Amino acid sequence: MSIKGKAYIAGIYEHPTRLAKDISLAQIHAQVAKGALEDAGLTKDDVDGYFCAGDAPGLGPMSMVEYMGLRPRHVDSTDTGGSSYVLHVGHAAQAIAAGKCKVALITLAGRPRAEGMATGTVPRSRGGTPTPDEPFEFPYGPTVVNMYAMCAMRHMHEFGTTSEQLAWIKVAASHHAQHNPHALLRDVVTVEEVVNSPMISDPLHRLDCCVITDGGGAIVVVAPEIAAKLKRPKVKLLGAGEFIKTQMSGKVDLTYSGARVSGAAAFAEAGVKPADIKYASIYDSFTITVLMQLEDLGFCEKGKGGAFVADGNLIAGTGKLPFNTDGGGLCSNHPGNRGGLTKVLEAVRQLRGEAHPAVQVKNCDLAVAHGTGGSLGLRHGSATVILGRE
Amino acid sequence: MAERKLPAPAISQETQAYWDAAAKGKLLVRKCTSCGQVHHYPRTICPFCFSDKTEWIEASGKGTIYSYSVMRRAPVPYAMAYVTLAEGPRMVTNIVDCDFDKLKCEQAVKLVFKPTDGGPPLPMFTPA
Repeated sequence: MSIKGKAYIAGIYEHPTRLAKDISLAQIHAQVAKGALEDAGLTKDDVDGYFCAGDAPGLGPMSMVEYMGLRPRHVDSTDTGGSSYVLHVGHAAQAIAAGKCKVALITLAGRPRAEGMATGTVPRSRGGTPTPDEPFEFPYGPTVVNMYAMCAMRHMHEFGTTSEQLAWIKVAASHHAQHNPHALLRDVVTVEEVVNSPMISDPLHRLDCCVITDGGGAIVVVAPEIAAKLKRPKVKLLGAGEFIKTQMSGKVDLTYSGARVSGAAAFAEAGVKPADIKYASIYDSFTITVLMQLEDLGFCEKGKGGAFVADGNLIAGTGKLPFNTDGGGLCSNHPGNRGGLTKVLEAVRQLRGEAHPAVQVKNCDLAVAHGTGGSLGLRHGSATVILGRE
Repeated sequence: MAERKLPAPAISQETQAYWDAAAKGKLLVRKCTSCGQVHHYPRTICPFCFSDKTEWIEASGKGTIYSYSVMRRAPVPYAMAYVTLAEGPRMVTNIVDCDFDKLKCEQAVKLVFKPTDGGPPLPMFTPA
């Protein structure tokens, strides 16, 4: 059974805050849920499916279901890090197609900035019973940034990718962020500014890294008969794919990501090709994340990502593949260190024709949203959705 | 330069022998006698063929750097790496006792051990 055409994204909401000192984590979940339901023209009592990941306080979905006063007959709290919410869109469509729910609510919230969390540069133990990998990794000091940096280092070694090429990804994001009043970083930057920013972990500079922000977002996925009664532009789910890429028991290959599998599945289900895509939301925890995912999704050959992203090719209006037109995680928002949900939001805005006029892609009728969660260099979850305007 | 303090690994029943060997200056890897493949990190059931016929073998301590990154923002900078062992598997490790600015992918390295805070020493590598 395919999910193609079986579900629609009817409501979206992105919390405007980037620093949530005076708002609780649960409160943000409820605020974004309310925002997305109002955007759809639905109410809390219409919700019969609820999806959340590890950022939600409590055991799986239970505390949030209670806090928001929901009565779902279908729940899913699959956690694949920042890609969870892209995966949830696919899972929500499956549940709707199987008749398990008709109005699925997905929420994300986080406050790493308010909590002063050292997100990228300090090794973190998960606590509790150690995972089997932990004793063979944690004592060596893996951080978020150095594990992504090792992917960049190997990519440079094998394919000759340069820091200047990676910098173009940040430059493109900054061109888009200048138009987003909620973006954390709104200044346009140059390639020189990126490569001359302080080295964090070779070869990634400070401006190769995403922002750390508080906030969140929500998505409402509905059955076709619900979508037909609503007033918002219709965004249809055409395909979805997911994959967990690991170290492969000692055969790790840092030059590609799980997007190779999740992307191929999503494109096959949708019956479209990368060349058909008008807008791409690509997970951008670091510049290298974007470059590898573009290759793995099939927008260019493996190893040619550097040339593909250079010279403004990702900038809306001038480039061939406009990406992350809200400024993405590199400049606008990476709520709770989990950037997958906001990737879906900007893809929906583009398909509705509701992106900022300066970055709105003309006749945008087909978009991809892709997420990577966990650690690109250790183990990560990939999720891809293909969305179309009806 | 200040010494970098290494946390002790959390030892499980499954990998006690690995850490006992490390305390004696030996690096063990796990080999499947059914499919013949060597994997890392070590498991009792082979992650390639799911046979439970696996055994410890001692690694030669020779390898090459698959990739690395120098964590400049740490209080004491260190070189995170994947090293490809001569026996086949790639392992997460550190490159130590060297000029970080001269490291390269595919560079030959050899095994050394570094003490941890109250636990067995960690297998690491230094340019050969």
